[in-house]
Amino acid sequence: MAVNTTGRPNDDGSGAGDDRQVLVTAGGGDQAPARGSGSAGASPGRDTTQGRRTTPWLFLLIPLGFLIVFTYIPVGNMVWYSVTSWDGRDPVKEFVGLDNYVQIFTRPELFEVFFVSLYYVGGSFVQMALALYFATVLSFKTRFRNFFKGVIFFPYLLNGVAIGLVFLYFFRPGGTLDAVLALVGVQEPPQWLGDPSMVNYSLAATSVWRFMGLNFVLFLGAIQSIPSELYEAADIDGANSWDKFRYIILPGIRQILGLSFILAISGALSVFEIPYIMTGGANGSETFVIQTVNTAFKFSKVGLASAMAVVLLIIVLVFTWIQRKLFADDKVDLV
Amino acid sequence: MAKKHIVGIAALALFLAACGGDDSSDDSDTSSGDGTVSGDLTVLTHRTDIVDTVLEDYKTRFQETYPDVDISFEAITEYEGDVSIRLNTEEYGDVLMIPAAVTRDELPEYFEPLGTVEELGEKYRFVEEQAYQGDVYGISITGNANGYVFNKRVWEEAGITEPPTTPDEFIEALRAIEQNTDAIPYYTNYGDGWPLGQIRSNMGVLTGPEVENEMAHSDEPWTEGEDIHLVDSFVYDIVAEGLAEDDPTTTNWEESKNLLGTGDIATMMLGSWAVTQMQDAAENVGASRDDIGYWPFPAQTDGTFRVRIGGDYKMGINKHSEHKEAARAWIDWYTEESGYATDEGGLSVQVDGELPDTLSDFEPLDVEFFELAPRPEGEESLYSDIHNTAEIDLDGWLYNQKLIDIARGAADGDKESYFEELNQRWSDARAQVAG
Repeated sequence: MAVNTTGRPNDDGSGAGDDRQVLVTAGGGDQAPARGSGSAGASPGRDTTQGRRTTPWLFLLIPLGFLIVFTYIPVGNMVWYSVTSWDGRDPVKEFVGLDNYVQIFTRPELFEVFFVSLYYVGGSFVQMALALYFATVLSFKTRFRNFFKGVIFFPYLLNGVAIGLVFLYFFRPGGTLDAVLALVGVQEPPQWLGDPSMVNYSLAATSVWRFMGLNFVLFLGAIQSIPSELYEAADIDGANSWDKFRYIILPGIRQILGLSFILAISGALSVFEIPYIMTGGANGSETFVIQTVNTAFKFSKVGLASAMAVVLLIIVLVFTWIQRKLFADDKVDLV
Repeated sequence: MAKKHIVGIAALALFLAACGGDDSSDDSDTSSGDGTVSGDLTVLTHRTDIVDTVLEDYKTRFQETYPDVDISFEAITEYEGDVSIRLNTEEYGDVLMIPAAVTRDELPEYFEPLGTVEELGEKYRFVEEQAYQGDVYGISITGNANGYVFNKRVWEEAGITEPPTTPDEFIEALRAIEQNTDAIPYYTNYGDGWPLGQIRSNMGVLTGPEVENEMAHSDEPWTEGEDIHLVDSFVYDIVAEGLAEDDPTTTNWEESKNLLGTGDIATMMLGSWAVTQMQDAAENVGASRDDIGYWPFPAQTDGTFRVRIGGDYKMGINKHSEHKEAARAWIDWYTEESGYATDEGGLSVQVDGELPDTLSDFEPLDVEFFELAPRPEGEESLYSDIHNTAEIDLDGWLYNQKLIDIARGAADGDKESYFEELNQRWSDARAQVAG
């Protein structure tokens, strides 16, 4: 069910697209001839032409089938549920028009939970800064660099539920974190999850730990696609490391930065797993998606919850659109 | 090649014949009564812990009487959530525990009626709990009494040997435990959430069996003298005074059982079903089973503890089942012959059943059992409709967590302001449901 939207849309198709574009353009920008040769080759014989028209569709049948069955139909269903007062089981779904949407926009407490997302937005800036730092450092010759790459990427491979449970023990009173702090002389640490002024920082930090690896790999890939002769030229010109970072790396990975930014924002808006596993949204850590899940399955208001999911979808789409405007397909030209 | 085809077709024909045979034998069952009951049953259960041991044993014993019935159990960890979603299909086993989320008026859509309330009520307890318009749709697997489980050693060390009879006396006892022992006097289990809702099973000790029906007609149930006010302010006062665990957000249910056994926790407000689990845990940590005691909620009427009893999950039959006869035989056998109810430390489902060992602490006390009154006709789902509309999860724990947050100073407000807000939401929801 689409209400269950979890985590970050890290499998976003546009990510791969942007990535390729940067790599290709940075590598010389000669994609036009490659495309042209494809269409020029298609001419002799009717049958072959027809075959060429239908074959791609045959190959696309299965992925498109999956896409439609598991993405578009559920989303369509969700939009339909959002204009009903369905409780999740009743065979009759009563149409109520835009009532659910009116409710969302007239009940401020339903929107207040977005304040919690600000902690995760803040966290994602820290996350991107750290990822950029490590990606830059490890893109140069560093001792044990493959080992460090592994260490940094590893958390992203772990299951979110496992991470939630591990950090639950990490943060509990007398747990790992407190034990480590006691070693360095901190005698009265705060309640990391019990104190309402701490809980969201703790959860956002967990999220940073988990997702930094993804940003790191994206940045690293982009940085490594920058041709090395640029650095050599910069060396000859007497540029120091900071100059190289500022004038070569940063502009070189601008698009990936923009993409990560949008993934971070939409991820922060729809954060779910970590707070749900660790606190269940209690103690002021409730996020919009947790609220949606609770509305659907605790208060049996699937209609209202679907409307909330639709609203979240629209908000994320708006942010994506803004990102596309800000980081439009402008070509990166380093040379 | 051709040979293979023939074999295939023959197998198919056999298969079809077998299916057809099943159906016809089912039909004949209905007329000839039991003895020839047959079929393959799928039984959904939430008891993942005993599915391969106790339940397999039951199956063997059951088949001594009904050799033609085969049973496969399907144990589901997230029973409540998973099964309530599966109800949207027709594939939810032949016999299953009716999920709590199913409202009364939905019962006939999913389950087979088992008999009338009058008829079954003569033999069994708790028949009202899954009944709609006079028909019973599920029979309880066991029964619970309500109150709190505590560590006797700790309570005795603090000098308390008699059950407190009022909430004030109870809090006084917790204070004594705080001062005289190292134990956490009262453990909320806030982290896991669901144990917080357990205390509501005591509602009715003040105003009687009609408590929920009356609440559905009250605009301000969080008022002095009402049951919901009693249980909520009970927890609030305990937490506000610091008699509960320091950091409730990181509690852990499995661990709490051991801590009660070792005496690091003194008290937990849970149904009597918890007693056997606590005894097992006590044994595991090297303490004695006898350390675990169970007392009724600290409130008396005319010098008597009134203890609310209630059913556990009710077993019902899938309306789409093809082996209803066999399913019924299993339910009847389970209820009357298996001994599940008392073996698991619960109250017998049969009206004339005896008190289980787990409730031996009740024997010296003056205790009177009562069951919740049935819903009035036409208002079967009124109570749940109101609390769902109000988004006060009286079948959950989110609002209890909020209450505890306020009590420990982690959220804005105080007891009065929160009760006022709850009353407001309740009365708004009532108006909305009625309108």
